[in-house]
Amino acid sequence: MVPIEQAKEYPMTLEQARKRFPQLEETVYGKPLVYLDHAATSLRPLEVVRCWEEVSFRKNANLHRAVHYMAQQATAAFEEARATVASFLGAASPREIVFTPGATAAANLLATCLGQSRIEGGHRVAEPYIGAGDCLLVAESEHHSNLVPWQMLCERTGARLVVLPVEEDGSYNLTRLEEALKAAPKLFCIAHISNVLGLINPIAEMAALCHRAGCRVVVDGAQGIVHADVNVCEMGADYYFFSGHKIYAAPGTGVLWARAELLDELPPYMGGGEMIDHVRWEGSTWAEPPYRFEAGTQNLSGVPTLVPALRLLQELRGPEMLANALAVRDYVWEQLLAIQGLRLYGNPSDRSLKVPIFSFSIEGVHHEDLALLLDKMGVAVRSGQMCAEPLMGRIGVTGMVRASFAPFNTLQEAETFIKSLHKAIGMLR
Amino acid sequence: MDSLEEAKAAVVEQFSLFDEWLDKYEYLIELGKDLEAFPVEHKTDEHLIEGCQSRVWLDTELRDGRLYFRADSDAIITKGIISLLIGVYSGRRPEEIASDDFSFVEAIGLRENLSPTRANGLSSMIARIRAEAKAQMS
Repeated sequence: MVPIEQAKEYPMTLEQARKRFPQLEETVYGKPLVYLDHAATSLRPLEVVRCWEEVSFRKNANLHRAVHYMAQQATAAFEEARATVASFLGAASPREIVFTPGATAAANLLATCLGQSRIEGGHRVAEPYIGAGDCLLVAESEHHSNLVPWQMLCERTGARLVVLPVEEDGSYNLTRLEEALKAAPKLFCIAHISNVLGLINPIAEMAALCHRAGCRVVVDGAQGIVHADVNVCEMGADYYFFSGHKIYAAPGTGVLWARAELLDELPPYMGGGEMIDHVRWEGSTWAEPPYRFEAGTQNLSGVPTLVPALRLLQELRGPEMLANALAVRDYVWEQLLAIQGLRLYGNPSDRSLKVPIFSFSIEGVHHEDLALLLDKMGVAVRSGQMCAEPLMGRIGVTGMVRASFAPFNTLQEAETFIKSLHKAIGMLR
Repeated sequence: MDSLEEAKAAVVEQFSLFDEWLDKYEYLIELGKDLEAFPVEHKTDEHLIEGCQSRVWLDTELRDGRLYFRADSDAIITKGIISLLIGVYSGRRPEEIASDDFSFVEAIGLRENLSPTRANGLSSMIARIRAEAKAQMS
């Protein structure tokens, strides 16, 4: 096996990549499936399913506590995943990695715990990080998962939520961020890559400005982890989270990363087994992170699949795959812009900022009608509000269509998508 | 006017003529495009049907003991579906509509071919037509 750090150099071919995903052989309504909804859920590769099977059959036991052989095997597989994720993210240590059921769960954990008494020396003593009168800054293009938990935190604590407006072209203006930071927000919440606009946000520059103003940065990495090289330390984020199901791992897996000192001060989220130090009737004390946040039986079959999934993610960034991904992106981008009455959301002049997530609407054609007809032609796209209702309101639409590509989508599939789109438009106009 | 059973059977037969779902949708699109224009002033919250991802408005009128429906949607396929429903149920007595089971929708395989949100929308349309009929029953 290729070490994860070197996998990027692995010369995976497009053909090899596609063989990993049996779903690519499927037909729907008698037509070959063209799956373009990777931004919602990626396809599942053979090695992930095999890993699930291996762990379920041979390493199936509760983690950490039991002394028996199976439990040791299960614990080793689970902790190997933690070390792999830490290395993949460039985290300082595996103890900075908390496993969650997904990105949404990670955001909720964070939003809940930041509103409760902090921990010092193993006990709850200090004031919460977020309390009444505090200000939270949330980017306008956020997915509901990096928005609603913060609204709920504000409701619970009496903190106030301020929106950082997105520019017309989908970007964020750093001067406007500096302006917003004058209100002294304690948190800035933003996606690494917007799930609607498909644009890479300048997190490092933003984090530098935020830190200068004493504001911590929460980064929703659900799309970022898929398309960008992530190094949480270089990026300067304080918290970064993502889901496993978008990076080929088992559904129900997710990761919250935070700098060690920030995890140390967070109180527990859920109470139960594993997260405690001592339990007594007069009160309990908490385990150290990351176990403090992993109450109850963990997703012991799912979490180990992050290892083959992250390895594959790296392999899919090899030279041939990257060339294919860029060719497909450029073709789709050009073809979409050539369609009369099509409005593409997230259309930057700096091409390097765009990942192959294309959200658009077409004048005189309803997004749902398009998606429904494309489906009957075998093309799976997403339609609706993309879990970003405030952004839809800002743009002035009730929804849009989104086609999101994986590195192993072929140019031929992209052509089928464009042809089908033309046909659907013809039927609807 | 055909009986309710005849009208439903006609729709089921019409749908059975198409082998491909794409052709069925083409037919629904035509129905949607041909639907009688809906007055803008009737596009109120009162006429808006909850539970539809695309917006649907339904207006009901009772004339000579019979219910007449008019409807609109911002999505053309949804408009075709509601046109189909109106075509079957408009101009019938409220009792007849309220006591019908609307199962012809299953018979043409429409519900399972919609996305869950659309299927939900279709259920909402049916529920509204039924509720309007029940409200008018004397």
